[in-house]
Amino acid sequence: MRGYIVKRLLNMIPIMFVVSIVIFLFIHMIPGDPARLLAGHQATFEEVELLKEQMGLNNSYIVQYKDFMVGMLTGNWGNSLKTGLPVGDMVIPRMKPTLILAIFTIVWSVISGIAIGIISAINRGKWIDYVVMIGASSGISLPLFWLGLMLMQIFSVQLGWFPTTGIDGLKSYVLPSITLGAGITAMIARYTRSSMIEILKENYIRTSRAKGLSEFIVVNRHALRNSLIDVITIVGLQFGFLLAGSVLVETVFAIPGLGRLLIDSILFRDYTVVQTVLLIFTFQFLIINLIVDVLYGVFNPKIKYE
Amino acid sequence: MKVNTEIKKKQEDYKFESPMIELSRKFLKKKVATVSFFFILFLIILAIFQPTPYDISQTDYSNTLSKPSAEHWFGTDEYGRDIFSRIVYGTKLSLTVAIVGVTVGAVIGSILGLIAGYYRGIPEMIIMRTCDVLLAFPGLLLAIGIVAIIGPGLINVVIAIAIYGIPNFTRIIRSSTLAIKELLYVEASQSIGVSDLRLLFKHIFPGTVPALIVSYTMRLGTAIITAASLSFLGFGASPSNPDWGAMLSSGRNYIGIAPHMLFYPGLAIFLTVLGFNLLGDGLRDTLDPKLD
Repeated sequence: MRGYIVKRLLNMIPIMFVVSIVIFLFIHMIPGDPARLLAGHQATFEEVELLKEQMGLNNSYIVQYKDFMVGMLTGNWGNSLKTGLPVGDMVIPRMKPTLILAIFTIVWSVISGIAIGIISAINRGKWIDYVVMIGASSGISLPLFWLGLMLMQIFSVQLGWFPTTGIDGLKSYVLPSITLGAGITAMIARYTRSSMIEILKENYIRTSRAKGLSEFIVVNRHALRNSLIDVITIVGLQFGFLLAGSVLVETVFAIPGLGRLLIDSILFRDYTVVQTVLLIFTFQFLIINLIVDVLYGVFNPKIKYE
Repeated sequence: MKVNTEIKKKQEDYKFESPMIELSRKFLKKKVATVSFFFILFLIILAIFQPTPYDISQTDYSNTLSKPSAEHWFGTDEYGRDIFSRIVYGTKLSLTVAIVGVTVGAVIGSILGLIAGYYRGIPEMIIMRTCDVLLAFPGLLLAIGIVAIIGPGLINVVIAIAIYGIPNFTRIIRSSTLAIKELLYVEASQSIGVSDLRLLFKHIFPGTVPALIVSYTMRLGTAIITAASLSFLGFGASPSNPDWGAMLSSGRNYIGIAPHMLFYPGLAIFLTVLGFNLLGDGLRDTLDPKLD
């Protein structure tokens, strides 16, 4: 197992390398001259040229890429073109809200998604199953920024239970987390249901019932364990959705997180911040995929890691 | 002689039914999918004929932010414009953006998928590895990235939707192509010397159509949400356009006083996407009995 994790971590290096090239090229394809942007409207041609020289924009792409990578690896992420502050100082405080939101959301939505899926599967064809399936189809089709706005309208504006925007204690994460998790819950419930339905048809389930185990044990110990193997893959895929969704949710609820920072930086053409945030997102995504693969092995003893 | 006529009679009894009719009958049995199909048809008719009771940019400063009434079914916005008319007009925008974007993505993706699946080797490796890189980014983030490079605007949203649809279609068509390529009739066509181009487009491509239709329908739903999200974030349609996402974005400022400005455009997005998703589910069940 340890060998496998090390191997996977080493495998991430070439992927990060390719991604960093893509992001580097992407940043340099964005129309507009960062030096002119930083120098301001009144700057003369000479001033812009001087700034270009200082920022290394006149060097060849290869040299620029090398500088960019050395900076990334040594923690020198450059200064924001908009505020002039070091990018690290801007990015690090933004990680906390995004992380809290992500952890909150994934925990409640995985638990409730699996629970709803099981309830639906063991009541297959009854009204509760139909309600769940309609809810799941709707949850997947809901534009989550609209859901967020509606929740905000009802619970913050009308009832005043939660703050409308910004971060003010853990209470502020409740509505954003519900918004972000609704689609994930729906997706997980759908997969858990179909996987459970398949597994409950298996012979070994009939055997467990025949030898007199209670239905609770049959479902929760014998069937669930196997269906978790399918479900965990879907959970892994949901993290990508979580990253993209957090951009929207942070915008709706004005949460000062990484997603919001990315959008603001793109709107202001703040390249140094954009490239750092994108690299962080990619890195996160790869690490999460690794964790999911390792968990996959924990739940499925048939898989042997070499 | 008598025997012959009997055989003839039997042959006449056997009516050949086109698979299209058979599949349509199977599809119409699925109530949810049928309702979604007619709902989508209704949206397309709305988009074409534009039965807007008011001009979409006609302002009325004496009647701003008013609640839904008999005169203005969905109320009015901050400039006194009729929200119902703007949503109807928005149907045209949303459907056009989604259909054009997804169609372009599907055409390019299908061609790449056919090439990758048929020729294998180096072209397949290049195409599929590029797809992996594109799919490594979560959908919306990729679309945001593309719009960040080429700039905001509705046309660029269409381009972003097309680009990020390509890898999905490539994957699906490639795997269908791989399966169809092994079939006997393909080998037969090759042996009588049919050209690659003809084989690919006349003999293999039609076999991939069922898979293509299903994912095309599903992608339309995703594309509508993506376009609305991009507009909402400020990367898509300008706020003066009656785009559903842009309407939600400007309605945010009036959440306390005019919630109807948020409710109806979002409902329009939700129902349209739900329609496409349920239609896609139904089509999948009809076209591919294995996937139940």
